[in-house]
Amino acid sequence: MTTGEPLIVLDAVNKWFGPLHVLDDVSLSVGRGEVVVVIGPSGSGKSTLCRAINRLEPINSGTITFDGQPLPAEGKALAKLRSEVGMVFQSFNLFAHKTILENVTLGPIKVRKEKPAAARERGLALLDRVGIANQADKFPAQLSGGQQQRAAIARALAMQPKAMLFDEPTSALDPEMVGEVLDVMTSLASDGMTMVVVTHEMGFARHAANRVIFMADGQLVEDAPPTEFFANPRSERAKDFLSKILTH
Amino acid sequence: MNVLIDKFDVFAGGFWLTLQICVLAAIGALILGTVVAVLRISPVPPLRALGTAYVTVFRNMPLTVVMFFAAFGLPALGSNADFLRIPVIDSLFTRLGTDLPYFRFALIALVLYTAAFVCEALRSGVNAVPAGQAEAARSLGLTFGQNLRHVVLPQSWHASVVPLGSVIIAMIKNSALAGFFGVVGDLSATADQLTGAEGYAFIPVAIGISIGYLIMTVPLGALLDRIEKRQAVAR
Repeated sequence: MTTGEPLIVLDAVNKWFGPLHVLDDVSLSVGRGEVVVVIGPSGSGKSTLCRAINRLEPINSGTITFDGQPLPAEGKALAKLRSEVGMVFQSFNLFAHKTILENVTLGPIKVRKEKPAAARERGLALLDRVGIANQADKFPAQLSGGQQQRAAIARALAMQPKAMLFDEPTSALDPEMVGEVLDVMTSLASDGMTMVVVTHEMGFARHAANRVIFMADGQLVEDAPPTEFFANPRSERAKDFLSKILTH
Repeated sequence: MNVLIDKFDVFAGGFWLTLQICVLAAIGALILGTVVAVLRISPVPPLRALGTAYVTVFRNMPLTVVMFFAAFGLPALGSNADFLRIPVIDSLFTRLGTDLPYFRFALIALVLYTAAFVCEALRSGVNAVPAGQAEAARSLGLTFGQNLRHVVLPQSWHASVVPLGSVIIAMIKNSALAGFFGVVGDLSATADQLTGAEGYAFIPVAIGISIGYLIMTVPLGALLDRIEKRQAVAR
């Protein structure tokens, strides 16, 4: 599963929002091809952790290393790093004024300078892979939430990223659309994509994750394989959290 | 009211000159205002500070004072604003090329002053674009410039166009000050000349120049209303 040096390494990362200590001395490493699911109560810092990895949230102290390189400061080098890390947001964030296909090809054409025809062809193949090739020429607002999120995944994949970050990808979806998005993510995971997934979908964590990270109050409380974590959570907080979400 | 017919050519000449000032000042203010807006939303703190300083100065100073600085300050610094004698363009807008610099001075003042408001109108449009749009663009690896050009500005335009139109209408009316800073023959100077030097009654003359300004501002306002309605339908 994991080979060589880890792809993402966080070392003693701290982040404050004003007086709020959202990331409290967090250290974590994610190997190549590994799928890490981050769970925890809201406000525990898991989204911030995810967003810190491509520096959408700058951190106050500590280091984050991606593929052997420390995260660069704002500028061209950071833009290049971000192009290698796919990101999927809770609210999809598809470009509202562009068609689905244009959403998928914008990055390859403008960032990677690919030929438009080639980018189009690959974009259509990606849309086919996530099951919405027939929606290519529509605008985001014309699609269902599940279709939009699958388009957003295709947009991120179009950059051929080394890792994918998912920030609560199914939290804004109607219940009947959660499955179609998780299916796409599961197939990505089984294809060997390195993934960091912040989610409340315990089923996904159980069957697709290599490791489950449990966070509370900005701290990384547990880090264990899913079978072990769900069967025998070590900390009181994790037990408490699991008892609350699994009893209903 | 005979003055409107007898002196029609004077009114028409004044209208034409004011229109020239307004067209040139609108182009200048839109360009400079866009540059300042880009500075104000740039990720580089010193550039942001520069943009903010610009807006603070020119949005908060009376236009009359800016005109004074242009008309008296520039000559004191030894400048006749000759850089505005742009070939080809000065054959179309002949006053740009004259030896008497007051048309150019008034133009500079109007552009500097209006650009601050253009900047803020554009920025209000940028702020209306959800933050997630720019975040998604950044996470794809688009640079700041690409992000603005391909993602943020095309979407901010809808929210900017109406406040931007109001700024330009205000600018057309503000151009009336130019006549009091040495620009001979624009609409407001026409009023001064007809009532002062030629002794015509004030009210008919005032009606005449009002019509001149309304011919420029009313159609612009109507155009903005149409754009706004079209957007409402499209939404």
